[in-house]
Amino acid sequence: MKSATLTNGRFYRRKAMNFFMNSLAWASALMAVTPVLLIFFYTVGKGASYIDLDFFTHMPRPVGEPGGGMANAILGTLILLGLGSVVGLPIGILAGIYLAEFGRNKFGEVVRFMTDVLSGVPSIVVGVVAYTLVVLPMKQFSALAGGVALGILMIPTVTRTSEEMIRLVPDSYREAGLALGIPQWKTTLRIVLRTAFTGITTGVLLAMARIAGETAPLLFTALGNRFWSTAIDQPIASLPVFIYDYAKAPFEDWNNQAWAAALVLIFMISILSFTIRFVTRSRFQND
Amino acid sequence: MEHDSVGVSRTQLHHAIAKPKMSAQDINAYFGKVQALKDVTTDIPANRVVAIIGPSGCGKSTFLRTLNRMHEVAGGSITGKVLLDGEDIYKSDAVLVRRRVGMVFQKPNPFPTMSIFDNVAVGLRLNGNNSRKEIAEIVERSLRQAALWDEVKDSLGKSGASISGGQQQRLCIARTLAVNPEVVLMDEPASALDPISTAKIEELIFELKKDYTIVIVTHNMQQAARVSDRTAFFYLGELIEYDETKSMFTTPAKKQTEDYITGRFG
Repeated sequence: MKSATLTNGRFYRRKAMNFFMNSLAWASALMAVTPVLLIFFYTVGKGASYIDLDFFTHMPRPVGEPGGGMANAILGTLILLGLGSVVGLPIGILAGIYLAEFGRNKFGEVVRFMTDVLSGVPSIVVGVVAYTLVVLPMKQFSALAGGVALGILMIPTVTRTSEEMIRLVPDSYREAGLALGIPQWKTTLRIVLRTAFTGITTGVLLAMARIAGETAPLLFTALGNRFWSTAIDQPIASLPVFIYDYAKAPFEDWNNQAWAAALVLIFMISILSFTIRFVTRSRFQND
Repeated sequence: MEHDSVGVSRTQLHHAIAKPKMSAQDINAYFGKVQALKDVTTDIPANRVVAIIGPSGCGKSTFLRTLNRMHEVAGGSITGKVLLDGEDIYKSDAVLVRRRVGMVFQKPNPFPTMSIFDNVAVGLRLNGNNSRKEIAEIVERSLRQAALWDEVKDSLGKSGASISGGQQQRLCIARTLAVNPEVVLMDEPASALDPISTAKIEELIFELKKDYTIVIVTHNMQQAARVSDRTAFFYLGELIEYDETKSMFTTPAKKQTEDYITGRFG
């Protein structure tokens, strides 16, 4: 009778394979976070030393004159984000509600498909659309045109995440609302949407984070502005366009300021991401 | 004479429900081309508990839902009339009907993003009541009626989903009572609960019939026997028998009823 051994050749081969595959998984995971870490440390290393209070409170200086800041670009980015949200969020969320609650038909299918197509359209093309829709009739580059471009870019993300999140709300809550004698529209707005709120907010913040760094669609809509401007019918500065202009300029202090601006932009987007984490945790401590 | 005795109790029954709270007349219900109910005619007396029993798929839940038009939500349609205090609910507005005929579902479904308090208050608020004081009073009263107040009075701000299943179901009952319905429909309200929670719900039903008319669908015949005054037996979409619960369970008139309640099928 041959007794089975616990350690034969196959055992060692399996152990070795296991080790190899595990290492591979680890290495891949490490590689996935490497770009983020690289970007973060490189930007901090290059830009951090050029960030001071002036950077947030002062205006850009002419070439050769040291110091100055990009208060106008920071404000501009915030205004553009706001305008984009005003354009994109109502359309996106309402379309999401439509698709989730009433979109089980041909029209819904078409809308869903078109939204997916829109999310694949290059952002510069969306910029051209906004240029044609807003800049040409107004005969003026403007914050509004930039907002429209960014808003259109937000629509697919917001629509599809809203739809998914509203769909996840179990029918039993809809029924419970209707059975209380609450009209359908109120049930949808006050009960279903409330249940899906965290999910929808996540989608909204993701969409904002995505457009916050968009440069191409702003180049010929919002254009850029070296001066303080809050008028939505005037060209407006923004961090991405500022980075674009300053990074390709042949002046070293401009390049440095571009690094600083990049750091600020990354920081702003990180705040959005952290807000997502904050929003998605439960409102109640005990569950 | 079995038939005679049933005949007598039928007459008494008709006497007692001269003015029924609700009454279904020749109800045929459909989901698409599938017929779920066939010519159902029945009366539901005020301040009584009516149990609806029958094997799965016999149309008992559908019947319950035709009583407050909730079957329409699932895409059903009906012919026939359902009267509430003599008025056809299908000629009224579904929203108004549901405020008078509330519903408790099989699985406890408190709104998870709302606190216990808000779960009870939501029906009042969304139906236009803005008085904080009045809402607070009604919430307390409803939670007391649902025998839940003592257990949650110190944690009204906690999530409605944080309490146990049995408590959640009583919360759903409180939520239904808060909008002050006249009839409460219950679709197997205890089937997802443990025996102790079930007993609590049954006790509650007994208490509630003083103020409300109750129709309860149940899979559990002992439960029907314990909580109801009248029992309706449905089979394959038809109302086979409807009688005083006592006579139904002791001397059923129809063979099918007897077979079902003695456990020979279903």
